[in-house]
Amino acid sequence: MTVARPTTLDEAVDALAAMPDAQLLAGGTDFMVEVNFGHRRPTEVVALRRVAELRSHSTDGDEIVLGANVTYSQLQTELAEALPGLAAAARTVGSPQIRNAGTIGGNVGTASPAGDTLPFLAAVEADVVLASAGGTRCLPLADFITGAKQTAILPGELISEVRFADVRGPQQFLKVGTRNAMVISIACCAMVVDIDRRRVRCAFGSVAARPLRPTEAEDFISEALDWSALDAEADAVDRFAELAAGAAEPITDHRGTAEYRRHTVKVMARRALTRSLRA
Amino acid sequence: MTADHNPGYAEAGRSQVDAAAEAEPAGFRLADESESYALRVNGRQESVKAAWLGESLLYVLRERLGLPGSKNACDQGECGSCSVFLDGTLVVSCCVLAADAVDAEVVTVEGLEPGEGLSDVQRHFLDAGAVQCGFCTPGLIVAVHDLLDRVPDANELTVREAISGNLCRCTGYGRILQAVADVQQERAGTGP
Ligand SMILES: Cc1cc2nc3c(=O)[nH]c(=O)nc-3n(C[C@H](O)[C@H](O)[C@H](O)COP(=O)(O)OP(=O)(O)OC[C@H]3O[C@@H](n4cnc5c(N)ncnc54)[C@H](O)[C@@H]3O)c2cc1C
Ligand code: FES
Ligand code: FES
Repeated sequence: MTVARPTTLDEAVDALAAMPDAQLLAGGTDFMVEVNFGHRRPTEVVALRRVAELRSHSTDGDEIVLGANVTYSQLQTELAEALPGLAAAARTVGSPQIRNAGTIGGNVGTASPAGDTLPFLAAVEADVVLASAGGTRCLPLADFITGAKQTAILPGELISEVRFADVRGPQQFLKVGTRNAMVISIACCAMVVDIDRRRVRCAFGSVAARPLRPTEAEDFISEALDWSALDAEADAVDRFAELAAGAAEPITDHRGTAEYRRHTVKVMARRALTRSLRA
Repeated sequence: MTADHNPGYAEAGRSQVDAAAEAEPAGFRLADESESYALRVNGRQESVKAAWLGESLLYVLRERLGLPGSKNACDQGECGSCSVFLDGTLVVSCCVLAADAVDAEVVTVEGLEPGEGLSDVQRHFLDAGAVQCGFCTPGLIVAVHDLLDRVPDANELTVREAISGNLCRCTGYGRILQAVADVQQERAGTGP
């Protein structure tokens, strides 16, 4: 087994070029569990923890850029003001220990249906930037995640950052699980109310193979909202919740039934919207 | 437990540990199980030899470096009993690749109190009866040190949040919270 430990992005992509099938290691909170239980047997690893560039983030200007190695702890402190919805999602992940190590790049890289940052990234229509020795390419998250734990990453590539346009307006994150800590989502919801573009955007986690955007529900409520008052009729809120629940494609597993998940989507859609409106 | 579910550990077999070994240069690449790598643990330079490079930091600490204070109760990040500091940050050592901790400063429960004595957190855990079977204790001690060094006057909600990744199946947490409050009082000089 070989472990490359680059300290710069250039070194990292060079190491990947030399070992195109190498597995990438960030905070290790998904990776090492699989190794410990013998489900993953890496022969070549490129460890990204020391690559300083990947740890940076910027919220200046119209675009938000988050380096792949930005941890949940960073999201919930350094980025709480700029990205309240994402910070709220980060706060619900695992435990302090997991949040200190786990990264947003690792969450996107794993592409689990239950990845808690993914609904937010889907709602803001984030792009995933992939770096390789040959240069970079950019894929919308919706194209990057191709299925449950499936991505469009190619050998020799790593996620260097996620980026998205800054959005002005209320942001929400809701998560349903059996405990307040250390819990994988039974279902979760991120909502971004884009005041400038007059658009409500939301996505749900753990209710489909990929983060689910209920576009019909979004279209409906974006039309129905009274944008100047940031308010909506009760009927419209109900209809929005119904449409969101109808769009879900949940399955039954050990965490919950499909029926419960669909019900949860309805409750969360209504709650997220109500909290976003001017009381 | 670990050796059973991971053939990699069994293959690596027994290793030699040479505590006096020189530090590795900040290596770009580690390869081949026959190579050794250096870890800095509790202020000491340790050398890990002939180990499978896929081993977790927890495994290396316990099985190769003779530091069994960090416990293995889940090997999947859920229980916190293997909590250590990695460059001053609280993490679970079962989720750290040991070979990726080269150049980092690792502090385990054994290294919290230089010398022979107990740290104030350890002492108050004992005094408050916060230790029953003791399996969760080392991880909780490390997590509480982390919290109280950052937030000395943490309120109970903050304490509960800070130890939410440390599972205890014996105490019901009441005496653990009491022990933390006792440390806070002593440190603030407001104790009995
Ligand atoms: C106890 C516990 C609780 C957890 N709770 C939650 C939770 O509540 N919510 C949640 O969403 N997740 C949770 N997780 C899962 C995990 O913590 C997250 O998915 C985390 O974001 C993974 O990031 P990491 O840096 O640890 O990635 P790693 O484990 O290092 O890597 C994860 C995957 O992504 C790939 N990867 C890493 N970095 C890159 C990159 N730059 N480019 C391309 N691929 C990359 C790796 O090859 C690997 O396949 C939990 C895990 C544990 C152990
Ligand atoms: S053994 Fe590491 S968290 Fe349980
Ligand atoms: S004392 Fe037994 S698990 Fe905590």
